This record gives sequence, C-alpha cells and structure tokens, in this order.
Amino acid sequence: MVGILGAGSFGTALANIIAQNKPVLLFVRNPEKAATIEKDRVHKGYKLEENITITSDLRRVPAECELLFPVVPSASFPRLIKDIAPFLRPSHILIHGTKGLSVDIAEGREMRSVDRLNREDIQTMSELIVQETAVLRVGCMAGPNLAIEILKEQPAATVVASRFEQVIKAGMEALRSSRFKVYGSHDLLGIELAGVLKNIMAIASGMLHGLDYGDNTKALLVSKGLEEMITVAKGLGADPKAFLGLAGIGDLVATCYSPLSRNFTFGYRLAKGESIETIKSSMEEVAEGLNTVAIVRALSARYRIPAPITQALFRIMFDGMDIEKGMNLLMEYPYKEDVGFL
Amino acid sequence: MEPVNHYIQEGILYKPVIPNIQDWPINLFFRNKKRIVKDVTSEAIAQLHSQAQQEGIVIQDYIARTMYLERIRMTEDPWKVDPKDEPKFWGSIKQGLVKNEQLEGDVEAFTKTNEKMLERIVNRYASEISSNFKPSSYHFAKRFLPFMFSTLLNASAGKTFMSIINHRLQLQEKVHLLGEIEAMRNLASKGTIILVPTHTSNMDSILIAWGIHALGLPAFIYGAGLNLYNHKIVSYFLTRLGAYKLDRRKRNPIYRATLDAYSTVAIQEGVHGLFYPGGTRSRSGVLEDRIKLGLLQTAIEAQRRNFMYPPSHKRGKIFIIPLVISYHFVLEAASLIKQHLKRTGQEQYYIINDEFGNTRKFLEFVWNTFSASSEIALSFGRAMDIFGNFVGEDGQSFDSQGREIDIADYFKSGGVITDDKQRDKEYTRLLGEKIVERYRIENIVFSSHLVAFVAFELITRKFPDLDLYSLLRIQEEEKILPLEEFELSMERVVAQLFKLADAGKVKLANHMINDVNTIIEHGVKNLGLYHAKRPLTFKDEHHVVSENITLLYYYHNRLIDYNLGPFV
Repeated sequence: MVGILGAGSFGTALANIIAQNKPVLLFVRNPEKAATIEKDRVHKGYKLEENITITSDLRRVPAECELLFPVVPSASFPRLIKDIAPFLRPSHILIHGTKGLSVDIAEGREMRSVDRLNREDIQTMSELIVQETAVLRVGCMAGPNLAIEILKEQPAATVVASRFEQVIKAGMEALRSSRFKVYGSHDLLGIELAGVLKNIMAIASGMLHGLDYGDNTKALLVSKGLEEMITVAKGLGADPKAFLGLAGIGDLVATCYSPLSRNFTFGYRLAKGESIETIKSSMEEVAEGLNTVAIVRALSARYRIPAPITQALFRIMFDGMDIEKGMNLLMEYPYKEDVGFL
Repeated sequence: MEPVNHYIQEGILYKPVIPNIQDWPINLFFRNKKRIVKDVTSEAIAQLHSQAQQEGIVIQDYIARTMYLERIRMTEDPWKVDPKDEPKFWGSIKQGLVKNEQLEGDVEAFTKTNEKMLERIVNRYASEISSNFKPSSYHFAKRFLPFMFSTLLNASAGKTFMSIINHRLQLQEKVHLLGEIEAMRNLASKGTIILVPTHTSNMDSILIAWGIHALGLPAFIYGAGLNLYNHKIVSYFLTRLGAYKLDRRKRNPIYRATLDAYSTVAIQEGVHGLFYPGGTRSRSGVLEDRIKLGLLQTAIEAQRRNFMYPPSHKRGKIFIIPLVISYHFVLEAASLIKQHLKRTGQEQYYIINDEFGNTRKFLEFVWNTFSASSEIALSFGRAMDIFGNFVGEDGQSFDSQGREIDIADYFKSGGVITDDKQRDKEYTRLLGEKIVERYRIENIVFSSHLVAFVAFELITRKFPDLDLYSLLRIQEEEKILPLEEFELSMERVVAQLFKLADAGKVKLANHMINDVNTIIEHGVKNLGLYHAKRPLTFKDEHHVVSENITLLYYYHNRLIDYNLGPFV
C-alpha cells in the first residue's frame, strides 16, 4: 500500500495514477471532508479509482505504508511532518511533491519584511523531512504535471529525484503507467529547486499575459527566467543540469503558458488590477510562488546573486510598484551575453 | 557560559573498563590471526566479485591492473620495509596471466586460474596488513609511553634530574582529556567504538594511544601508514599498540578491497577502532572539512552485517565518537601548509613525504612537540550511531526529536534487511557530513587559534585586491598591526565566540575565560611557539607583527568555518 498525504488536486491526481499499480491510502486531514469523499468517491470533479482508501487518521498511513507521498502546500508542510514524525520509522521512504521552501524566521515576522537570508535559514522540503523525522530515504517528484491534465489521463512525464537509487526505483514502480512516464535523477537539490524557482517565472508570465503581451515577450521571459533560475540555483550550491530537463525547462514551459497553473493565474489577476488579498481569498489552493519570490529575493540579496525578475516581481507585489514599470525592467536585463550562465 | 573544565587531575586516571588484558577485544582478535586472515580473504574476494559485476569487467582485469601498478611501485618508490620476495611474487603473477591468455578457449580453466591468483594476492595483502598485538609488550609500551612523555615534559620544563624525581610533572597536566569521557567508557562494553579524530599532526596517534590507555579503555585497533614502520622504535610501538599496516602507495583495487575487508571484519569482531576520516593530516590547517568515505563505509557495512548475522559478542552496535585535538603549536605546520599551497587549484598526486627520516629524527620530533607545546586538548565528542543519531546510556539511538528508534530499520526494505551498496554509500556520505558538523561543535578553541584568525583577517583587509598568493608575499612592514585595532577586533570576535559557545556551537578552552588582553597575551605567547619565525609576535608596546604570514594563515584556517569574519 502506498500512502498519499494531502488530497488537493495534485494529491488526488497522484492517487489515481498510483492506484493503477498499487492500492493507495489517501490521507485527508478534515474528517468530514474525508467522509464526504468516501461517500461520493468523487473528488475535485474526478472519479476516484476503486483501490483508493480514504482516511483522516494520520497514524494509519505510516503504519500501513512504507512509501509515502506528502503533497501538501509548503505552508502546511512543516505541520504535517511534525504531526506524522512520531509514527515514522527509519524504514519509511518519503517522496514529496511540494514546490516550496521552508524558512526559519522569527514567529510573527512576515517573509516580505526579511531582507537577507542565509542558505542555512531555508530548507527544501526534503531537508525538512530529514531534520524533523527519523527518515533518511527521501526524494521528490517534479515536472510538468498540471493536475487536471493528469486527471484527464493525458500523457505526461515526471522526474523522481533522490540520492538513493532505491527511492527512485520505489517511486518509479508506484507511478509508472502507460499515460505517465517516470524518469530518475540523483540530483535531489537541483530538481527540488527547479520546481520551486519556476513558480516565480509562472507568476511573471501570468502578468505578461494579463497585460496582453504576446509570445515574443513570453519567450523572452521563459529564456531569461531559466537563466535566472539557474543562476540562483548555482548560488545555492545546485548543479544546473537538472534545469535542462523535465523539472526545469519542462515545468517552466507548462506553467508559463498554462492558465491551469495557479501561479500563472495569480500573476494574471494581479495584472488585471486585483489585490493580492482578493486573489488569495478567492483561490482555493495557494500560489506557492508568492512566498518564493520573497524568499529568493532575500537569498539573492545575501549572496549577491543577480535576480532581476525576482526583484521586479517583489517590488510589484509588495512595494506597490507599477506593473508596467516593473515589466520594463525585464528589458533592462543586466547581461549582454545571451548564454553566459552555463 | 559553561566552561570546559573537567580537567583530569592527577594519577592514571580511570579504572580499566576490562581489567584483564587477555580479555580485550583486540587481543582476542589478534589471537585468532589465522582465522581473521582467512575471513578477510574470503570477504575481500566476494567484494571484488560484486564490484566487478557492477563495473562490468572480469576479475582478470583487476589482477592485471594490480600487477601493473605494483610493478611500477616497486621500481619507482621502494621502501626499506618492503618484503624481499616482492619482485618474485609479482613475476609469478605476471607469468600466470600470460599463461592464462592461452587458456582463453577453456572458460572453466581460465576462471579457475584467475580465482587462484586472486586468492594468492588477497591473502598476501591480508597477511601483510594484519599485525600482532601482544599483551606482554603492550604492558611494556603503555608503561614506557607515559614515562617517555613525562621525562620529556620535565626535561623541557628545565628541571634538574632531582627535581624530576621530587616533583613529577605528569602528562595529563599538559594534555587535557576532555568531553564525554564517562559516556565513552560506559559504551565501550555496550558496543564497538569507532573513534574518528581530526588529523593535524603525526603526534596525534601517539597522544590518542596514550589517551585511550589513560581513560582505562582497552587498546584500539588502527591503520598506521606503512612508512612509519621504516623506523624500528616507531614500528615496535605501533605494532604493540594495536596498529595494522596501511600502505598508501598501493592504490590498486585488490589492496583497497582487502583493506576494507580487514576493517569490516575487525569491527564485526567487536574490536574498538580508530580511523582518521580526513585520511591524512590537514594540510591547510582547517578543521577537517573533507571526509574520505572508504573506511567509514566499512563501519556501516559491519553494522549492517551485525544486524543480519548477530555476532557472538555483545558489542554488535557500532558507536561513532568524534575526537578533536587542539594544539597551540604544530611542528609540521610549515611543510603542511607548503604542500597545501602547492596543491590548491590543482589537486594532484603527490609523493608521500616522509618527514620522520629516521628514528633519531622521530625522537627529535616527539621531543620538540612536547617541549614546545604548552597545552594540548583532546575533546571527545558525543557518541552517535552510524547514522549520526545520538545514543543514550545503553547505546539506544534517538532521532533528532529525541524519539527512540531502531536503526536496523534503516537497512530494511519491505520488512527485511537488504544489501544495497548504493544506499549504504549514501548513508556513509551523510555520516561524513555529520562528523564534520560535530567537529565544529566539539572543537576547543585556543587563544592562539583566535589571535591567528583575527590577525590574518586584519592583514587581509588591508589588501582587498590581493589574492592569497600575493598576500603571502607582502613586505615585512605591511604585516604590522596596531595593537589598539587588534584589541578592538579581538573584543568583538571573542564576544561572538562566547555567543557561539553559549549556543553549544563550539567549545572554549579554560584559558579563554579571561579578559581580552589576557587572551591576546596568552595567544601570542603560545601561537606556534617554536617556529623559527613567529606567526605572530609583539613588535613593541603598540604593535603586533607577523614574522611568517604563511604560518599565520595556517593557524588562522582552524577557525574559518565559524563565520567570524564579519566580527573582526
């Protein structure tokens, strides 16, 4: 049995994929919601496969499953891990699908007010798992995996990354299907950062879309955005190679061009004049990129990593800078050389 | 602020954990030498087979490569200790290989001859690595060592013969054994201890051997560079103190596998051991930051096997104990840092420099270190399991949140323990990281390290445009610092160090619990005391000066991992 922690749209899609290979135990935190899903056998508008069991008893998941997929938003990730930690044993394998970073800042302080961050102040989700639990065998999955398309059973692919061959293999065995191809990578940090950083570009792309810019401009963003992602990742000690694969360019293109992406939608609505608060309160699931922009801005300031797109987004979102003006910054990208980052 | 202060008072020192030397694990191990060599041989052969399969090559490739490398070694780098029959042995292997070529059609015969040759080589290596531990000579060695040391100490303290008799300055007055000592003694009977020290000086092994004895622990087994066996006296002690031979010239796959097998078997047999995870002495002076994973992996391998095939003794669980040794003065500093500077930028094979030369030189070396060092500290760290979890009184493991865990689970998949080399390699890497992290925490900062750090940083600041190499060539007068400026920086850095110490991120020597001026005086006085040109000294009442900036750089490097730069 494979455990899935979190029944958002991605968790649900994942459950349906895995259910084709193995029985699935899907954890839904809210017991009433769990009961409804169990009754209807439909969630997020899609039918659940038969061998998916729903539970709101967190204890049950690690007791019955060796392989677990935590797929909750990064904001609730630390709490989930803390709650489940007492029941995890060193034999468990965790593969997460969360594209965010965890930050160690003083309680009550907002991320947007933090100007500088050290590498030690942030954690990827896998680092968080290792720190908080007895589990060492961790991995992540990332790639162009828009949940709705997966639920429609359209062909797609993903990367499972871990330093442990065994984790990659376990992930592949659980996920692989005729409609879902799984690739492996040993570069856990690179794949995690690719998934995290692309959300920044997805917001920017949504903005461009909202401002009615065309494909030339968007392509400019995608290529320079990739450059910025790689520069930041290298500054944080990652290998750029991962960014040329599914989790990098693949996921970047999908989210930068798709209105299905939450981050894209967030940027789009921002460009259309809505406030952050309005968008946040009306969106069912969070746009990870919002927080990521603030984190990466503070990291790049600390390590003097050039990240003009992130800086511009930050000023638009948190400093009240005019969007058009911010977008012009994109034209003032500091490098003359086209590909100077590899 | 909790100062490090359980200095050991007089006397040697702790009651032996195992009173009868005949019962020591290391003694039982060497008493069964024949069986051990046999076990090591079959273990190494199995290892080589699975390795060959992974790499997609045949055993003969290993044999040919090894023979080739060995023949080069014999002509290019011969040593006095090398056995006389070496050329003959490798000649016969060569012949065997040539003959075997003609058998290619007959697969069975071909494989059989290869297996035979492999066994001969491994067996030869295994016998060479293994040495003899004899209780009787250990008794002598352990008595002789402290005697030798304290004689040196007393002589160097300028005392007359009579005053030596009347007032014996003890080794433990100069060498402080600190840290989690009771815990280590307790764990010695609950599991197998692997001590992982930082490696600064050739003195390390001797000090550790004495320290282990002084703490009442049975002798530990450890690999000593074969070059040390070139000297009769050194060789005599090494063997008797539990060393096995480790030949760094032999960089061939078969030797490597045999060495690993030897270590794995020794740990499985429950013999407490010692290895330097950094491999060789720190060339740059930094607190170990690069860990060689080879031997460390044998600890993980042994632990996995102990879970799979529980041993007959009760020390099946393996404990990793980091040990950080601090000196004011490292006799080899000049040659170490020179090698480091030569190598940086371009990691190259280098010839192992035999600094001891001959026995007399060795004794001089020991003499100089002891007469020169005003203080040495051995900081024994908190015990961990092989996954870096801290262990409790009974050796049980706790995860980072303090929950008790069964570490056998780390080796399990689908409920059973599996053999997965890639997984275990990854565990080894994680353990290496953990050890480095613990070194920083267990490190005891000396006044001398601190003055070196601050002085070098201040000089660097004066020349922001110079790279390291140019900086090391600046003029004499440019290496002078106004004392006032130096004091101000020291004050800030000391304050920060205390903060780190309060947060449990580093330890401070007792002499650091002082006002800044006293620390400066103590530090400058002790830093690299016996170098011909002092790394740092008072020029006049208002200035300090570095007479040898390369050495200052070396001592400074010890503290570079604490992010103290911004406070200078």
